[in-house]
Amino acid sequence: MRYIANLVNADKVAGRTRRYKVIFSPQKFYACEMVLEEEGIFGDVSCDEWAFSLLPLDVDLLSMELPEFFRDYFLEGDQRWINTVAQALHLLSTLYGPFPNCYGIGRCAKMSYELWRRLEEEEDGETKGRRPEIGHIFFLDRDMDFVTALCSQVVYEGLVDDTFRIKCGSVDFGPEVTSSDKSLKVLLNAEDKVFNEIRNEHFSNVFGFLSQKARNLQAQYDRRRGMDIKQMKNFVSQELKGLKQEHRLLSLHIGACESIMKKKTKQDFQELIKTEHALLEGFNIRESTSYIEEHIDRQVSPIESLRLMCLLSITENGLISKDYRSLKTQYLQSYGPEHLLTFSNLRRAGLLTEQAPGDTLTAVESKVSKLVTDKAAGKITDAFSSLAKRSNFRAISKKLNLIPRVDGEYDLKVPRDMAYVFSGAYVPLSCRIIEQVLERRSWQGLDEVVRLLNCSEFAFTDMTKEDKASSESLRLILVVFLGGCTFSEISALRFLGREKGYRFIFLTTAVTNSARLMEAMSEVKA
Amino acid sequence: MNRTKGDEEEYWNSSKFKAFTFDDEDDELSQLKESKRAVNSLRDFVDDDDDDDLERVSWSGEPVGSISWSIKETAGNSGSTHEGREQLKNRNSFSSYAQLPKPTSTYSLSSFFKGRTRPGSFQSLSDALSDAPAKSYAPELGRPKGEYRDYSNDWSPSDTVRRLRKGKVCSLERFRSLQDKLQLLEEAVSMHDGNVITAVLIFLKRTLSKEILFRELEVRQVALRHLIHFLKEIGDQKLLLDLFRFLDRTEELALSHYREHLNIQDPETRKEFLKTCIGLPFSAEDSAHIQDHYTLLERQIIIEANDRHLESAGQTEIFRKHPRKASILNMPLVTTLFYSCFYHYTEAEGTFSSPINLKKTFKIPDKQYVLTALAARAKLRAWHDVDALFTTKNWLGYTKKRAPIGFHRVVEILHKNSAPVQILQEYVNLVEDVDTKLNLATKFKCHEVVIDTCRDLKDRQQLLAYRSKVEKGSAEEEKIDAILCSSQIRWKN
Repeated sequence: MRYIANLVNADKVAGRTRRYKVIFSPQKFYACEMVLEEEGIFGDVSCDEWAFSLLPLDVDLLSMELPEFFRDYFLEGDQRWINTVAQALHLLSTLYGPFPNCYGIGRCAKMSYELWRRLEEEEDGETKGRRPEIGHIFFLDRDMDFVTALCSQVVYEGLVDDTFRIKCGSVDFGPEVTSSDKSLKVLLNAEDKVFNEIRNEHFSNVFGFLSQKARNLQAQYDRRRGMDIKQMKNFVSQELKGLKQEHRLLSLHIGACESIMKKKTKQDFQELIKTEHALLEGFNIRESTSYIEEHIDRQVSPIESLRLMCLLSITENGLISKDYRSLKTQYLQSYGPEHLLTFSNLRRAGLLTEQAPGDTLTAVESKVSKLVTDKAAGKITDAFSSLAKRSNFRAISKKLNLIPRVDGEYDLKVPRDMAYVFSGAYVPLSCRIIEQVLERRSWQGLDEVVRLLNCSEFAFTDMTKEDKASSESLRLILVVFLGGCTFSEISALRFLGREKGYRFIFLTTAVTNSARLMEAMSEVKA
Repeated sequence: MNRTKGDEEEYWNSSKFKAFTFDDEDDELSQLKESKRAVNSLRDFVDDDDDDDLERVSWSGEPVGSISWSIKETAGNSGSTHEGREQLKNRNSFSSYAQLPKPTSTYSLSSFFKGRTRPGSFQSLSDALSDAPAKSYAPELGRPKGEYRDYSNDWSPSDTVRRLRKGKVCSLERFRSLQDKLQLLEEAVSMHDGNVITAVLIFLKRTLSKEILFRELEVRQVALRHLIHFLKEIGDQKLLLDLFRFLDRTEELALSHYREHLNIQDPETRKEFLKTCIGLPFSAEDSAHIQDHYTLLERQIIIEANDRHLESAGQTEIFRKHPRKASILNMPLVTTLFYSCFYHYTEAEGTFSSPINLKKTFKIPDKQYVLTALAARAKLRAWHDVDALFTTKNWLGYTKKRAPIGFHRVVEILHKNSAPVQILQEYVNLVEDVDTKLNLATKFKCHEVVIDTCRDLKDRQQLLAYRSKVEKGSAEEEKIDAILCSSQIRWKN
């Protein structure tokens, strides 16, 4: 806003009269108005709102393209986007009818749900009497499961995102991928037939699949040798275009694979994955810590180092003081002293914490409670639980069987559970929660898990009578990720859908990955 | 209307007619009486004109002099807006204090005080309004004129909040009492919409002193978070720091102050600013980090100035051969160390740019130091320096190579910098773990090491397999053959 104000005021000083229009998307905030007023340009500028809230990135993926949601809510505690989410849901319900079954977990989930219901009540009558087309809706906060978001992705789409950064459903492939001297912007969705077949696959399968396809394609091309004129004509008019298209896509994806493999070998990906798995399983923690230390010393990558530290912290309920201090010092020495601010942010968000001895916690508690009136007691508990959010990852992992017990090799070609998205080492927590709740149609039996997630007040269900909902609609589930979701989670849920006969539709505030999460927390623009 | 003096005296002296005041409720009865009389007298005068688009609302017995009547009229005058219509419906909320002193009538208070009065009809109420009070010069005690409610903005806190959520224009001005304000805030918080909460906070910030605001927000966490974020976004650093000070959040205060340094581009200014940060209430470790930041920048400024001078002078070989690609300012410590090992390796401890000085000043651990020095010297292909890094003399005078970082790391770095095979081999040999050693040797084609290791492991198969990898007719092949034929070795396989 200030930037705009400066432009306008500069014009004013220079005596230029112009008309200005500012378009806010998806909505204008009161704070913006205030700034415009303060800078004296409120009357000079006309404002429009473009309430664009949902971008369909694919047949089953809707994104709100609000990457700032994560930082605004989970770091700063600003609830400004909750209304936007509620509006988007309202739009969906006017299009597809009411959602008979609602589930959710997380503070933001609850607030979004409540605001959405309020909206529905106010705009009464728009959805009443309509047949529901989507049977279930599930709200999930990103901070319910940071671990999954922080892991390196190994399904094809996730890898492409991690390596090349997919933006709004399309990716920029550079010359090394296109094997030409130009870069190409490619749209990645279900329309790309080749992509659609490999996107959810574990990377180890992809190359084999692509080579096979390339061979088939070649065979098809070769058919033309034995053709007569009529067949040739047919071939050219009908098949050639399709073949050419497929060929183009194939070569792109093969190029992408090669590029990925090159990068990963250079980064010693194998070693990295080994460390991640160790952290997830809880083995060799000292070794993993040394690995991280070395990673920092070698100045490999500020974002990667941070990611690993956070993963360690969350799986271990915080770093022990000695490690926290030493790793922090080394990080500041390797990547810059201003990252002191980054560490403070990570601590506030609960991503990178120091294990607090019991006494410290009570001291803070008593200090804070002195400030509280009875009326605000409930509010202070809220604030405090975010202060003291303990991870309990290991306990949850055990309860929900997130680390599959494998006898023999884990078959990645024909996966048997959702753990394949992480090479069989770990079932994404968020996906597991969704699976369990859908199975039970409630939170029954999951009380312990909910407690371990520090969400006892924030797990909710809301079921209306199901008589109006067709069985078809009951198999459709809308999952709302508040704070972002990763391609790995999407792939895992797609798999679950195929297994159980559901179809998932994903609504996320933005597509994210570990790098974006870390960048959002970084105070210094890396 | 000409009154004779006598009448007025009579009027004044009569106790029935009290001076009109704006006292409310207790005077109601007399007001009513007066009003009734006024109405009766006015009937002659009133012109039923509706040239102002007045809604013809029945008077329902409401006396002329009463509020509701005057309000209706006013609504008509101000041009019937949507709000106007609404407020007509909300008449009931008005308290019953009279707006008009009295219309000009025989019962008007001391026309003695009035100026020229107009006989006859009220053309429009505005006349009446402006006429009567404007022409009355008597000071009157009562509610402040400003409290005439001539507009209606009567939404309750929950209605207001609802309007705000929809993005509608909504003046919050009417929430003047602290209680009202806080109620509005509560409503906003229960709505969950951050935009609305911030809007209310903007209003509160403007209309409450900061002490009161802070005090109230201290116990309202959600609103507090929104205020903090808002202040950060609009850059109101001063108020933000005051807030932290009030909340006794010393660490956040310090961090917030420190954050400002990112906006300062000029190195000298930034350095001075960092100096002011040192005394801030950071935690003990953080204070050390801030101190280090300051010291580092201070050093970098000196080194940068010095080196730039050296470079432009063109006399120093190292700068000629490897011109600097970027300035060292604001670089992390490790990068600075690398730079120093690259360009100033041989300098004595006393200078600011010597690596040893850096190590001592910032207490850089051995591991880090060796790693960085190795990387720098390897890049320059200064293999002797590399050797010197790892060579130590034990008490008997024999030299031995030791490394705090694991020789496998050393080998990798050497390989990255294209070290000659002999050097590589030497260090691969020093790798302790046999498997790693073998792997690395194979990876980097250190044939001698592979051969020797296989021999030590008594692994015939592997040696045989490796034979095919070496060049035909090379010295290595011969060596392998020799070993394979040797009868002294008891092969495992």
